Amino acid sequence: MTSLTPILTRSWGDETPWKLESYEKAGGYEGLKKALGQSQADLVQLVKDSGLRGRGGAGFPTGMKWGFLPAPDGGPRYLVVNADESEPGTCKDIPLMMADPHLLVEGVAITSYAIGSHHAFIYIRGEVVHVYRRLLKAVADAYAAGHLGKNIHGSGFDLDVTVHAGAGAYICGEETALLDSLEGRRGQPRLKPPFPAVAGLYARPTVVNNVESIASVPAIVRGGADWFTSMGTERSTGHGIFSLSGHVTRPGQYEAPLGITLRELLEMAGGIREGHELKFWTPGGSSTPIFTAEHLDVPLDYESVGAAGSMLGTRALQIFDETTSVVRAVSRWTDFYAHESCGKCTPCREGTYWLKQILHRLEHGKGEAGDIEKLVDICDNILGRAFCALGDGATSSITSAVQLFREEFEAGMTQPASELFPPERSALFDYTPRRSAGAAAGAVHA
Amino acid sequence: MTTTGYAPEVRARLDADAADIVSRYPQARSALLPLLHLVQSEDGYVSRHGIEFCAETLGLTTASVSAVATFYTQYKRRPNGEYTVGVCTNTLCAIMGGDEIFERLSERLGVGHDETTEDGRITLERVECNAACDFAPVMMINWEFFDNQTADSALEVVDRLIAGEDVTPTRGPEKVVSFKEMSRVLAGFDDGRADEGVAAGGASLVGLEIARDHGWTAPSYDAAEREAAASAAASADAAPGVGEEHSSADRPAGSDADVETEEKR
Repeated sequence: MTSLTPILTRSWGDETPWKLESYEKAGGYEGLKKALGQSQADLVQLVKDSGLRGRGGAGFPTGMKWGFLPAPDGGPRYLVVNADESEPGTCKDIPLMMADPHLLVEGVAITSYAIGSHHAFIYIRGEVVHVYRRLLKAVADAYAAGHLGKNIHGSGFDLDVTVHAGAGAYICGEETALLDSLEGRRGQPRLKPPFPAVAGLYARPTVVNNVESIASVPAIVRGGADWFTSMGTERSTGHGIFSLSGHVTRPGQYEAPLGITLRELLEMAGGIREGHELKFWTPGGSSTPIFTAEHLDVPLDYESVGAAGSMLGTRALQIFDETTSVVRAVSRWTDFYAHESCGKCTPCREGTYWLKQILHRLEHGKGEAGDIEKLVDICDNILGRAFCALGDGATSSITSAVQLFREEFEAGMTQPASELFPPERSALFDYTPRRSAGAAAGAVHA
Repeated sequence: MTTTGYAPEVRARLDADAADIVSRYPQARSALLPLLHLVQSEDGYVSRHGIEFCAETLGLTTASVSAVATFYTQYKRRPNGEYTVGVCTNTLCAIMGGDEIFERLSERLGVGHDETTEDGRITLERVECNAACDFAPVMMINWEFFDNQTADSALEVVDRLIAGEDVTPTRGPEKVVSFKEMSRVLAGFDDGRADEGVAAGGASLVGLEIARDHGWTAPSYDAAEREAAASAAASADAAPGVGEEHSSADRPAGSDADVETEEKR
C-alpha cells in the first residue's frame, strides 16, 4: 500500500499559509539561503541527480533542461514559469499558488540563481484573479524581506520577478506560444529548433518550467537528491500531486510518490460514487488517451502509463462512471480543442473543426455511414503533423475511445447520446429534465 | 500624445499607469496584454480609443494591437456586463451538471453565450476548464470561484446579482468586484484584497486529511531517520510468520500444512 506524502500540499490546511510570516515560520526560504551558499553548477547537478521531471505534462527532466542553456555570454537569460494551468482535468497549480505562493517564489529564486537569470516571469492565466492577487502580494512581500531584489541575503545575486496575467487562451500553456504571448503577441507556437534554451524570450536563452516543478525545488535543495529519490520509481522519481475529479466519493488533491495506482487512490477517495462503477478515466488530462477499469493497477509513473498506451501528463485523473456517454465526453473535449486551436497550422485548425462536426452528428444520433472511419482517419492526419502538441492532444481521446467503446459510436448512427445516457443520471445534483432529453442536448450545441 | 478620444485627465491617468506597466518588462511590447486589461478597466471592453492608446504607448499599429486583442477570450469587443457569469461546460463540469446550470441561467437571464442582459449588468458565458475540476460543477463570476454548484445554488447567486447585492465566492475575496475593478487587478494593480478569503477549499485538502488520519508524512530530510523508517516499514510489510503477531493463524507454527506452504513458495 502506497501512502500519501504531503510536501507541496503540506501547509494548505494552515490558517494563513499564503502569508510571508507563516511561510517563514514553517522553514520557508531556508532552501534559498542554503542554495545561495552553493555553486550554480552544483545546484543544476543536484536537480539532475534528483531525477525531477517536468510536472506540466511532458515529463522532460528538469535539470537537463537547465543544463541545455549555453554558456553565459554576458547578455540576459530568463526563467519563465508556466502557470497557465488549463489542460482539462488539471487543477493542482492553481490551489498551490492560492494557498502557498511563497513556495513558488522561493523555487523561482533558487532556480534563477542556479541558471544565472536575473529576471524571472510567472505567466499565470488571467481567469484566476484571486490567485493572481496572492502571487502579486507574495512577490511584493518577498522583495520587502530581501528574498528578491538586489544583493539577495548578501549573496551579490540580483533578481527581479514579474507576475504576468494572460487573457484566456489554452494554447499559451505550450511553452513557445507562452513566450510569444509574454512578448505581447498572439499566443502561437514557434518552430523548434531553436529551443527556448537557446532562443527563448526576446530570443535569449530561457528556461520554461511548470509551477509544480519549480515548487518542488526548495525541498530538493533542503533534503537532497537522495531524499527525493527515496520516493517514486527508478525513472519517475519523487512526489507529485494527483488530482481526482468527477464521479468519485472524495474528489480532490492527493500528493503521493509517482507510481501509485488509481486503485490505491480510489480506495483513499472512498471509491466511485455510491451505487456506480468506473467506466473510463483520463490518467493525465483530456490530451491523454483514456483508460478503463482494466488499467486500475497501472503504476502512475511516466514509463508504466506510456507502456499501457497513454501518458502520465499532469496526473489529472478525471473519473467517469457507467452513466456517462463516452461520445458526449469526447464530443465536448473536441469542441474545446476546436475552440482553442490557434489557427497557425492547417491539420489542427481544419482537422479539429471537421472532427467537431462529425462528433456532433454522432452525439445527436445522426451519424452517417463511414463517420467512425473518417474520425480515425482525420485523427491519423493530425497526429504528428500538427505544429505543436495541441493537435496531437485533440486526437487522443477520440482514437482511444473509438478503440475501447466503438459500439457507442456506432449507436450514434441512430440514437442520441442523451437517450442512451440521460444526462441527469450523470449530474452530481438532482434535477428533472424539463424537455425531452434529445431536445435539451440539441439546445446545448445550438 | 492626445490623439485618442480620452479626456485629457483620463489620458494622463492612463499614461501614468501605462508607464508603471511598461517598467515591469525588459521590452515594452510585453506590456500589451496588461495594457489591454487596463483599457478594459477604463472602458469595460477593448474600445477603439483603447486600441489607439495601446498602439501609441507601444509604438505599434492599431492593426497589430487589434490582432492581439482578438486572439484572447478575456478581451471583449463589445461593452461587457458589470459581472461575467461563466459556467464551465468543458467535459467534466458539463457532465457533473454544468450543462443544466448553463441552461437554467440562460433561461433566467434571457441571454445566451457571450450575451449581456439589457440592463448591462450580467454577461453570460460558457467557459472552458478553469482548473477547479475537483470542485465540479464550477461557476466563475468575474473570474472568482463558485465551487460545487447545483442549478439552484447558481440561480440563487445570480438572483442576488440581479437584485444589486454583493456576492461572495467560495474561494476568493469577501466580495466579487466589478468587471472594471477586476480588469485593473489583471493589469497588475493590487486592490488590497489578497489576504481575504480562505487558503484552500475542501477538495484541495482531502489528501492532506487522509494523510493525517493515517499518520502518513513525507520522508524525513534526515538520511538516518529515513533509513530507520524504511527498515521499520520493510519489516511491517513482510508477511507475518504463522502464529506470529499480525498472522491470522491462531495456532503455533510447525504443522504439516505450514511445511507444505513453505515448499510451495
